[in-house]
This record gives sequence, structure tokens and C-alpha cells, in this order.
Amino acid sequence: MKSLADLHALRDKLKSDLKLRKESGTKIIIGMGTCGIAAGAREVMAAVLDELARRHLTDVQVQQTGCIGMCDKEVLLDVLRPGEARITYGNVKPEDVSKIIANHVVNGNIVEDMVVGKIENK
Amino acid sequence: MGELALNILDLAQNAVAAQATLIRIEVAENEEGFLVFRIADNGRGMEQSFLEKVRDPFVTTRTTRKVGMGIPLVDMAAQQCGGRMDITSRPGKGTEVTASFRRDNIDCPPLGDVAGSIAVLLAGAPATDVLFSYKGSRGDFVFDSRNIREELGEACDFSHPELAAWVRAYLQQEIDRVKEEGRAI
Repeated sequence: MKSLADLHALRDKLKSDLKLRKESGTKIIIGMGTCGIAAGAREVMAAVLDELARRHLTDVQVQQTGCIGMCDKEVLLDVLRPGEARITYGNVKPEDVSKIIANHVVNGNIVEDMVVGKIENK
Repeated sequence: MGELALNILDLAQNAVAAQATLIRIEVAENEEGFLVFRIADNGRGMEQSFLEKVRDPFVTTRTTRKVGMGIPLVDMAAQQCGGRMDITSRPGKGTEVTASFRRDNIDCPPLGDVAGSIAVLLAGAPATDVLFSYKGSRGDFVFDSRNIREELGEACDFSHPELAAWVRAYLQQEIDRVKEEGRAI
């Protein structure tokens, strides 16, 4: 049974992660335009949040963006590690999320066969 | 879209894009057999001239493509199952979209995962507040993200995976408590 009282217990955890989340800088960005949502962006974002919680990767930030014009490749998911190129993955399904997080977010190895875009870090 | 909860998420994203600080989302199972949802925001709103054209998929503010499907998809889904969509807006005040769907119509989409939509909405736009209410046949339920924000203070971060998971589970539990019994939504 969930209740608002759970928030007391969560508060300390959230507070201690606050600084970590500001400093880490690794970001996962999901396309949440109409095209993204219709293609399954909600499920992909939920899968990302679940996977981050499961792996205790609470320093990774999840963000959203609107349509960037590659609607046919939605769901689009970008991984941006500090100092590295911004990688855009396309046609992402919830079941791809753990692979992207394990290989790229954690270990820095790009999942090449899913990449649809790359913006070099300047 | 396949489920109304996705239309709700999509319309709420329009509110986020319109720089709303508060989005009211109401879902109600009414006595006349309709499922009704309303999304009202305090964002920048639209001019009357734009409002008149907004059901047209070839009208959009976006710059990446000359097609905007969000509103037309809701309009079409509502009309297909004997309901309707109304939209009002005032520049500087906000926008309100109300849509109704006749639940016994075969073309009525399922409501779907509203709890997931709200949790993902807050995770993606953690500075925006959401006042969500569900009026079911067994009671009403209200969730106000401002209460959570007050409770958690500066530690409040709706994009934190553990808080997002809590929001989703809590909403699902409460919706299940008040929604019509035995109906898959």
C-alpha cells in the first residue's frame, strides 16, 4: 500500500542524490513529441527510469525533448556522456533500453547498430 | 494512439511547451456512459485566429515539420465514438481541451495507463506541476504534485527514478480504488 507517508522515507535518499545528479552530467534524452508518444516514448521512458532505479544509477539525468523532425525513426533516445559525442538512437523499444544503458551509459560503448545520429562534442 | 492516456500525455506536453507552470488533468467516468477528460493549463494560450484552425493537421507552431497531429488525433478519436472535443484558449491565460468518448461504442479507445502517463509527464518536465483528478464510479481521487513538492522541499525531483516509480505506483493504486469495478481501462 503506497501512501504519502512513503515520502518521508524517500526524502533523505532524494536529498543525498541531489548533488550527485547535478554533478554527474550523463544525460538520457527522449523524444516526447506526438510522433514519439505515438511510437512508444512513454514506455521507453518508463523502461529507462526502471532500469536506472534497478541499477541504482540515480546520478543519470533523464530529460525529454520535442519532435526533432526524424518522426519515422521514433522513439528517439539520446545518450550524452560528459565530454563525449551526443549519440541518437532510433526505433528504440523498451526491450532495447537495458542494452543501451549497460553498454553505453555505464561502460561508454556505443551500441552502433541502433545509432541514427551523432553530434560531436565541441 | 491506441489509448486515451497517450492522448492525455501528448496534450499535456503541449501545455509544457506553452510554458505552463500548472496543468490540471481531469478524468471522469460520467453517468451518461461517457469517459471525459479535460486538460487545462496556465500556459501562453492561443490567439482566436489560431484556435479556429487548430483542428487542421496542417496547422502547427512547430518548425521541424508542417504537420501537427496532437489535437486532430483527439478530435478524430472523440468523433469516431460518438463524443466530441472542445477547446478554448486565451492568450496569456492558458488553454483548455475537453474531450468525451462514449464508452459503449466499439471505436472507443481504452483509457490505458494514465498513471504511467502522469509519472512520465512529471519525470520529463519536473518543474511543471500537475493537478490530477479521477472521478470514478466508486469515488474521487485527487493528486496534486504541489503537495509532494511541499513535502519533499528542495529534495523534490520528479525525474528521480525512485520518485517517478512511487508516483506511478501510487496513482495506479488510487485509480484502481475508484474506477468502475471489473472494467479494464
